[in-house]
Amino acid sequence: MKHSTFFWFVLPSAILMLLFIALPIVSVVTQSVYAAHEQVVVTVENCGPFGCTQTTAIDQEATQALREAEPLGKYVGTDIYTDRNHLAFAEVGGAWREAEGLPDFGAALMNLPFYRAMAFTLTYTFIVTPLTIIAGFAIALVVNTVAQWLKGPTIFLSLLPMVVTPIVGGLALFWMVDARGILGGALQWLADDPTLSVKADTTLMWIMLMVYGVWHSAPFAFVVFYAGLQTVNQDTIEAAIIDGASRWERIRYVVIPHLVPLTTFVALIQLMDNFRVFEPLVSFQAQAHAQSLSYFIFSDLGGETRLLSSAAATSVLTIIGVAILLSPVLVRTYRDFTPRT
Amino acid sequence: MSSIATKRPLPVMVIATVFLLLWLVIAAFPFLWTTWGSFKVEGDFFSKANWLNAIIGPLTTAETGASFTGQGYYGAWVQEEFWRAAMNTVIVCVCVVSISLTCGTLGGYALARSGFRYAFWFLFFALIFRAMPPITLVSGYLLPFFEWNLWGHLYTTIIVLVAINQPFTLWMLHSFFKNIPADLDESAMVDGCNRFQAFRHVIIPIMWPGVITTGLFSFLLAYNDFAVTIMLLTKENQTMVPKIVSFLGTTQTKGNVMFAVAAAVSITAPLFVMIMFFQRQIVSGLTAGAVKG
Amino acid sequence: MNMMKTALFGTAMAVLTGTTALAGGHGCAVTEGRINIVGNEFPAIQSVAAAALACADGITAESNLTSEHQTINVAGMQGNPAEYTSAIIANSSIVALINEDVIRPLDDLVAEYGQDIPARQLITIDGKVMAVAFMANAQHLVYRKDVLEQIGMDVPTSYEEVLAAAEKIRAEGIMENPVGGAYAAGWNLAEEFVNMYLGAGGAFFEPGTPNVSINNAQGVAALEMMKALTEYMNPDFLTHDSNATSAEWEAGNVALMNMWGSRTGVLMDDEGSAMEVYSNTVAGGPLTVGDSGVPASTLWWDGWTVAKNISDEEAAATFQALAHATSPALLNDETMSQAVWLMDGFEPEPVNEGVLATVAAGANPYPMLPFMGLLHSALGDNLADYLQGNESAEQALADVEAAYTAAAKEQGYLQ
Repeated sequence: MKHSTFFWFVLPSAILMLLFIALPIVSVVTQSVYAAHEQVVVTVENCGPFGCTQTTAIDQEATQALREAEPLGKYVGTDIYTDRNHLAFAEVGGAWREAEGLPDFGAALMNLPFYRAMAFTLTYTFIVTPLTIIAGFAIALVVNTVAQWLKGPTIFLSLLPMVVTPIVGGLALFWMVDARGILGGALQWLADDPTLSVKADTTLMWIMLMVYGVWHSAPFAFVVFYAGLQTVNQDTIEAAIIDGASRWERIRYVVIPHLVPLTTFVALIQLMDNFRVFEPLVSFQAQAHAQSLSYFIFSDLGGETRLLSSAAATSVLTIIGVAILLSPVLVRTYRDFTPRT
Repeated sequence: MSSIATKRPLPVMVIATVFLLLWLVIAAFPFLWTTWGSFKVEGDFFSKANWLNAIIGPLTTAETGASFTGQGYYGAWVQEEFWRAAMNTVIVCVCVVSISLTCGTLGGYALARSGFRYAFWFLFFALIFRAMPPITLVSGYLLPFFEWNLWGHLYTTIIVLVAINQPFTLWMLHSFFKNIPADLDESAMVDGCNRFQAFRHVIIPIMWPGVITTGLFSFLLAYNDFAVTIMLLTKENQTMVPKIVSFLGTTQTKGNVMFAVAAAVSITAPLFVMIMFFQRQIVSGLTAGAVKG
Repeated sequence: MNMMKTALFGTAMAVLTGTTALAGGHGCAVTEGRINIVGNEFPAIQSVAAAALACADGITAESNLTSEHQTINVAGMQGNPAEYTSAIIANSSIVALINEDVIRPLDDLVAEYGQDIPARQLITIDGKVMAVAFMANAQHLVYRKDVLEQIGMDVPTSYEEVLAAAEKIRAEGIMENPVGGAYAAGWNLAEEFVNMYLGAGGAFFEPGTPNVSINNAQGVAALEMMKALTEYMNPDFLTHDSNATSAEWEAGNVALMNMWGSRTGVLMDDEGSAMEVYSNTVAGGPLTVGDSGVPASTLWWDGWTVAKNISDEEAAATFQALAHATSPALLNDETMSQAVWLMDGFEPEPVNEGVLATVAAGANPYPMLPFMGLLHSALGDNLADYLQGNESAEQALADVEAAYTAAAKEQGYLQ
């Protein structure tokens, strides 16, 4: 394809992404290396309906001059990236020197928010992603065999986990997995343990989050594979049958190779989404048991005092994390782009 | 679809059917549960005493005199004028899907056919862009949008949703276009078409399975989006999800919670119709194109 | 008992509503300027916003009440002219607006249009009026009359008595987990610690500085009491916010809990729970912990502000409309029970007893410090580990201090 043709074809997408994603990323990266100016704090009297108290407030006039001189804030380089609430270099170093053996070091590491969140996020990502792809592929194969008139309803039902507004779905699920909800009750009955509670136990909560993750994203993999199956070349399949290929061999050597570009795509999206796991943590009120980088951003931006630089640094770390995670898939895609005219 | 390739022996059929039924139950159960519960009062649907209350509804009977109540639906649609939010959602979804697909098919096709290294880097950066958590993006938009008086309008939200979703759309369509043999459009170009004509006359007729699937995801994104719509829309322009969240409020006002449940359930019906309709399109794409190739 | 309650009432009402005579309702037709209010979403604020918008006479008047108000209000008031002419906030969230310098002092507007506003509603910082408060809120004990009668114990006034009563309720097999509380990890859990720590006589910062100091005897005592209470709570306590805690109450699973005054109304009405539960639900006073004598609770107000980056005309319009919306004119049969209003003419109902008793008992207001929000977030993120038994109280408090210090450095409070 000619360069100029390519340019015009991708122009609309490129403009949109530059304006609404690339520019904000630049500003976020900038934000992450600046901290707020030193705040001049003064003691003042504060009165209200409950009487007067001595309190502190920011001296706006004193701080104003600093802000106007350097509107971005104080340049701090990578200080925010390495502070305790992010990569915690000093604390990790200290733990390494003081630790008595690896388990002790591990425990100290798990006390730092970033590393604890990574432990959950990576476990979640590497369990949920393959399961989602396998489940989606299996469902697509089966749905492809049902009678024509049943396909519509089957696809509709299969899509429901993605469709029900997560806010309401989360509310209903939170109640269902309660010890006295229908799912929580079913689990107690299955485990024959009336004190079992998903919300009180870290391991169970992790399992619950992962089951939810697969349930929620399997429809995505399913629809992509289902659409892909529609373009499998029937001649090749028939030729394979004539050559005596078994059912499994046909799937293995004809269908799966055909679906590889789509599998790459599904894997990319799933790895990325799972690494940024956020909504289930909020829906299940799981903060006490599991945290993720996205959750940190949410809590930095949602607190009473917004930690913009901290949220920016975590966002950049998320992007870097995603890039590292996706690198094997990206290398693969890169090889596919063998230059040709 | 009745070629010999799809004929199956009995054991495979049985296993497949059992698996499918099991999946359908798992997939649909929470939704069916919510649908059933939307006709109960809050005390029953969210019963902390016993989950059986959500099925038999003792409080529903005590409070309304019947074992089913339409209060949630009445409250949401009539009292709280949920239909306004539904109209806004229709506008947002239609615009987001059509703009996304227009930009996305052009870009995705070019990326699938280019073969130059820069196409890879384009896709690479699109993917890195997508890694950016939307919540960070949205809080970054707030200040300039307020400053330039763009905040609160439907069109701002539509463009933002299209942009945020563009990397996904590009990757997905690029993957689908890779599946369409390049010989098809290249032979058309040998016959004297230019690239755009080849795209129009050869690729468009056979791209529907991929485009409809991508469109479905764009639709779901616009339909279910919370992060963007809650931050960027005024009260009058609210789409359904922020409206549902406003039924919940920060302190969940009694009764209003059921408005949210009823609203979430009632809005799934159009989706059913849509899928029934487009499911045929996915298959018609097959008969029109790929088999011929 | 009744006598004492009346006496308590008198004090609280004197503190809250003063004795100013009812001023004649001033008209509120605002014909110039613009009104646009951003705020949280619950019935009392909805009533205030609706009343303010009703004053608009031929001018643009809008409101955006959303649970995301805290994220939107700063950006929406930073532009020039600001999108929002007013933000409705609480004593914790006004700090962010003052820190960003986006709200204006109201002294001249009060002098011109607000002589009727009683002094106790005016929030002054360093002598300047920054906000006008209209409602109060606090956490206090809510108890089941019938259950306490059944075990033959008086209404607890301290957490130690709560533990004793809980033990007895459990021992007699009435309820397995008789204590409730909004202990969900995050904001709620931090709020419970703030209550308990103040009740134990602690101070969060070295006086006059942003240096945190909670890793002390009071901090450990507060955490130990919280842990002792959780032994009598539903094992899922770390996922129970105030919505879920209220649901537990309505299901009849809980007999004693520390709950927001604003939430007791729905617990006492006949919707959502059995007769036995709602008819026996009573709002008690605040609880104490240890022997400091200070209630383990904090006082909160909600109020409105006026944006800085707007024209004087818009500021005047906004001020007049909101002053009218938070005057006695707001109070009617429907709005009366929505909150503990600070305006003259508010007649407390049984649901409001708890908040009034907490005020009368001399609870501390929630600290209005520029860096309190950072500490609150740090508390919310780090205390769950201790309550789950994963680490010691000292370690949890040290983690809180470390997390706060890192955040305070980023914000420029610490170097």
